[in-house]
Amino acid sequence: MTITHGFDPKRFISPTVKNIPPSGIRRFFDLVANTKGVISLGVGEPDFVTPWHIREACVHSLEKGYTMYTSNYGMPELRQAIASYLLDTFGLEYDPSKQILVTIGASEAVDLALRTVINPGDEVLIPEPCYVAYQPVTRLAGGVPVTVPTTMEDNFALTAARLESYITPRTKVLLLCFPNNPTGAVLDTDTMHAIAALVKKYNLLVISDEIYSELRYDGPPLSFAAIPGMQERTILINGFSKAFAMTGWRIGYVAAHPEFLAQMVKIHQYTILCAPIMSQMAALEALRYGRENAKHMVEQYNQRRRLVVKRLRDMGLECFEPQGAFYVFPSIKHTGLSSIEFAEKLLQEEKVAVVPGNAFGASAEGFIRCSYAASLADLIEAMNRMERFVARHLALNSGAAAEA
Amino acid sequence: MRKKILELIKYNAKLSAKEIAVMLALPVEQVSKEIRAMEQEKVILGYHTMINWEKVGNDNVVSALIDVKVIPQRDVGFDEIARRLYHYPEVKSVSLISGSYDLSVQVQGKSLKEVANFVAQKLATIEHVQSTRTHFILKRYKEDGVIFADEETDRRQVLQP
Repeated sequence: MTITHGFDPKRFISPTVKNIPPSGIRRFFDLVANTKGVISLGVGEPDFVTPWHIREACVHSLEKGYTMYTSNYGMPELRQAIASYLLDTFGLEYDPSKQILVTIGASEAVDLALRTVINPGDEVLIPEPCYVAYQPVTRLAGGVPVTVPTTMEDNFALTAARLESYITPRTKVLLLCFPNNPTGAVLDTDTMHAIAALVKKYNLLVISDEIYSELRYDGPPLSFAAIPGMQERTILINGFSKAFAMTGWRIGYVAAHPEFLAQMVKIHQYTILCAPIMSQMAALEALRYGRENAKHMVEQYNQRRRLVVKRLRDMGLECFEPQGAFYVFPSIKHTGLSSIEFAEKLLQEEKVAVVPGNAFGASAEGFIRCSYAASLADLIEAMNRMERFVARHLALNSGAAAEA
Repeated sequence: MRKKILELIKYNAKLSAKEIAVMLALPVEQVSKEIRAMEQEKVILGYHTMINWEKVGNDNVVSALIDVKVIPQRDVGFDEIARRLYHYPEVKSVSLISGSYDLSVQVQGKSLKEVANFVAQKLATIEHVQSTRTHFILKRYKEDGVIFADEETDRRQVLQP
């Protein structure tokens, strides 16, 4: 492209988009990508490849010539399978013809939900630390993100008392993501009931991103929509990425009140048309024959989780025990380093990549996210390296403290 | 508990009892005791290293799978024939199989000739062995659940939020 000074593209860019901050970890990402021999615990997806039978089902459908559009809502068989899954897993009943929409990953579903309900200036409560997309997408929809900090003392769970103090007359939506990325925190049933009471009291709507719901270690998966009175008030979002190791397929879904769904499908229809049929075919196979396999993955994650938490604690990092997702979120405050300093030095000195907490909001500073979706051999080696690193920096920091 | 321990060390024989204990949320003494018991009871028969010999440049290993057909005879069951076979050091595995043959035997030697000789002189001459069918192994792709090809193991992006 020939770029001249006679044209100024900046004049054309919407201020809303311009004001969205770029990803805070871009620089760090480049640093990691350019370092050789790195063990990465910075990854946000399963280390399992999509099970072969699911990949094979997709190949088979391609061979048979399934290359066309589907219904805007998604293939009827897939919606039916999703409805059965939600019933089996959470006891939730949804009508597959009017209350389920297949999307391009859970990400699209979050966007659809927010765009469907937000009026300019509406406040969206977002527990923090949180996934990086919620605030920008809220802003794009014209909403005002209001972050509600959670703390290590509360095991990074959202408490009703904390939540209530952030509710204003402008609050419209509570956006939940538990099990949580980046902390691995979950909400227990009592907490969910307490939150549900507030949701009712202040007449709020809940958008619940439950993409990690299957990866729960303290008991069976729980959905916020299954709390009495909450189903009609909850836009339930889930997908296949984490439970079935299908991140690259970009396939998720939303289950909600038919009034919401009828509006959401309009945006979906005019911007996306439908989720790719090959991914839908694979997702159908996953739900029909892949659920046992998912349980096996959870068991393996659980074993690695215990090992990593123990190792991190043994090396002197404060670390609450996460009960969901595949992340641990230790505090690195005792090292005297900021989260970005810790991550950069760890990468340079020991070639282990973790994600600095500040990527997930101000309340996540002083923490790092380590993913245990890595092979056991890599995890053990990464922990050995981190142990050396932490020992060095704890000594340096206590030395510095003594001198001061 | 035994099954869980075995699942863990099946592909990671180097895991310590301490690590296993943490991963399964069990006391380390119990895990050590259980492993010792399984060793004694011959549940755990050994700790092997799985090697891709082709990579070491070790060319003088030739393997063959040999189907063996046995004439069933009173008082001489398959077990007896199998027993006579499995004591040979050249024999790496022996299984009773269904189908038109009865035993499947894996034989290893230094050369094609050595394996051929073994079949002709030792195996085929055993009383009650009616016929054999030899398949030389040309290339190994997967063994005991492990794929031999150098597939790229981790294609994920190094950092994702």
